[in-house]
Amino acid sequence: MPLGSDEVKRIAHLARLALPPDTVDAYARDLSSILTFVEQLEAVDTQGIQPMAHPQESKQRLRPDVVTESDQSARFQSLAPRAEMGLYLVPKVIE
Amino acid sequence: MNLHEKTLAELSAALRSGEITSRSLTTHYLDRIRALDKRLNAVITLVEEQAMAEAEAADARIAAGRAGPLTGIPLLHKDLFCTDGVRTSCGSRMLDNFIAPYDAAVVENLREAGMIMLGKTNMDEFAMGSSNETSYYGPVRNPWDTQRVPGGSSGGSAVAVAARLVPTTTGTDTGGSIRQPAALCGITGIKPTYGRVSRWGMVAFASSLDQGGVFARTAEDCALVLGAMAGFDERDSTSVDREVPDYAAHLGASLKELRIGLPEEYFKEGLDAGVAAAVDAAVDVFRSLGAEVKSIRLPNAHLAVPTYYVIAPAECSSNLSRFDGVRYGHRCENPRDLTDLYERSRGEGFGAEVKRRIMIGTYALSAGYYDAYYLKAQKVRRLISEDFREAFSQVDLILGPTSPTTAFRLGEKADDPVSMYLSDIYTIAVNLAGLPGMSIPAGFVEGLPVGLQIVGNYFDEARMLNAAHQYQQATDWHLRVPPGFE
Repeated sequence: MPLGSDEVKRIAHLARLALPPDTVDAYARDLSSILTFVEQLEAVDTQGIQPMAHPQESKQRLRPDVVTESDQSARFQSLAPRAEMGLYLVPKVIE
Repeated sequence: MNLHEKTLAELSAALRSGEITSRSLTTHYLDRIRALDKRLNAVITLVEEQAMAEAEAADARIAAGRAGPLTGIPLLHKDLFCTDGVRTSCGSRMLDNFIAPYDAAVVENLREAGMIMLGKTNMDEFAMGSSNETSYYGPVRNPWDTQRVPGGSSGGSAVAVAARLVPTTTGTDTGGSIRQPAALCGITGIKPTYGRVSRWGMVAFASSLDQGGVFARTAEDCALVLGAMAGFDERDSTSVDREVPDYAAHLGASLKELRIGLPEEYFKEGLDAGVAAAVDAAVDVFRSLGAEVKSIRLPNAHLAVPTYYVIAPAECSSNLSRFDGVRYGHRCENPRDLTDLYERSRGEGFGAEVKRRIMIGTYALSAGYYDAYYLKAQKVRRLISEDFREAFSQVDLILGPTSPTTAFRLGEKADDPVSMYLSDIYTIAVNLAGLPGMSIPAGFVEGLPVGLQIVGNYFDEARMLNAAHQYQQATDWHLRVPPGFE
């Protein structure tokens, strides 16, 4: 299915991706060609076939609900672009 | 004989007999990387001081008689395995500043086995690519012809082994990212069964397909490293609790009565004639070693690439949502508000191919399209997987070409995503089914290497490595060195 530039902008916003305006047409062309390519799946008869999410199809293992990690928040927060007093800083959300 | 001409198994023996030290070996390989990698761009990060300290500790263990077969052997990790205190970039601007705070399970296992990490290898950004041209750090070049691509996404890892910059490297394979570059660079690479190697600390691309593995020159070397990196890990929810066989102990078995299947669908149009001839000749070698060869069918093989390009982007769009510019990684300057922070950080941090895949996945999972794309692809995935189940009721191993052509030119497919995707046409189905696959050198076309793909049944890596080893005892393709890298 060919995608127009408005559709590409909508998808980019859903995915939280800023696209430079002069690249939108190229993305529209590339995404359309990929979607056209995958649309050959439509013609496949999959009546009664169970979807396969995963190769092993094993059940999730359970483990005892006990603490296994030590507190490393200071180390992990040292990787953040901006953090203070144990908090990650972002632009103001509530006016 | 130069040190870098020796296989890992030979180096292991020389280390333990005291003929060489890990320090001299580590120095030798670091010198080679510094001298030769300018032409290849296979390595993103070197950790010389840390490596020399580890080599010294390995020498002490060897002297004390506490060494295993991998103690003191240098390696490079693909730059999507987290390495404690060392940048883990995934070939992306997004993680250019990311110093991993812990070791991946694979890194941990190989460190415990005594291996020396020299650094991290270049790769397609977030492992998305088949040519290693999407890296933020620039393309990797194929040592057999530096105007050509090495394959991807583990291109740097494949090139580092092919150019003898290191005896072995780690890689990951989501749709062919170990096997295709191994083929295009003329080396041996194995992607084990899904669940065999822990994904803990391996940056996720498509979680139901991703699997770590290894590159080396020989099947014997791959057997040694895979044995040390594989195993159950409760930190990975899809890790399989099953004993790891001694792969090296199985290498010597005879191939008499081994049943080999050749999928008709893998020898049709689209396959380069020279590659086909090399694969035919390789199959003849297996016949001469006593294997029985028969034709088989994988009727849904042609649907593997389109199925993959729904499922992998869908999983990628979900996995990569963690890169938000808040907790780690790239953050844009002066965000106006939170949405602007997310959108510009991600827009600037990700390259074009990663953005394409995130958008395809977002679209395929969005309301109104989920059933038509994602659910449909999951159903076809089952059909593809059932084809293999049927095939393995008749044969022990499946052989065929790894990639339809030899290495293509830099830039040749960069502007046409779909044509790039088709270079993984023979490898992708194996990931969809979760089966183990490997590629071994099987000849040359006009000076460029050809890879033979070997696919096994679930957890049958020992049989694959055995077959590959027996082939390598009868041939010398895996010993060829790219001119200029002797």
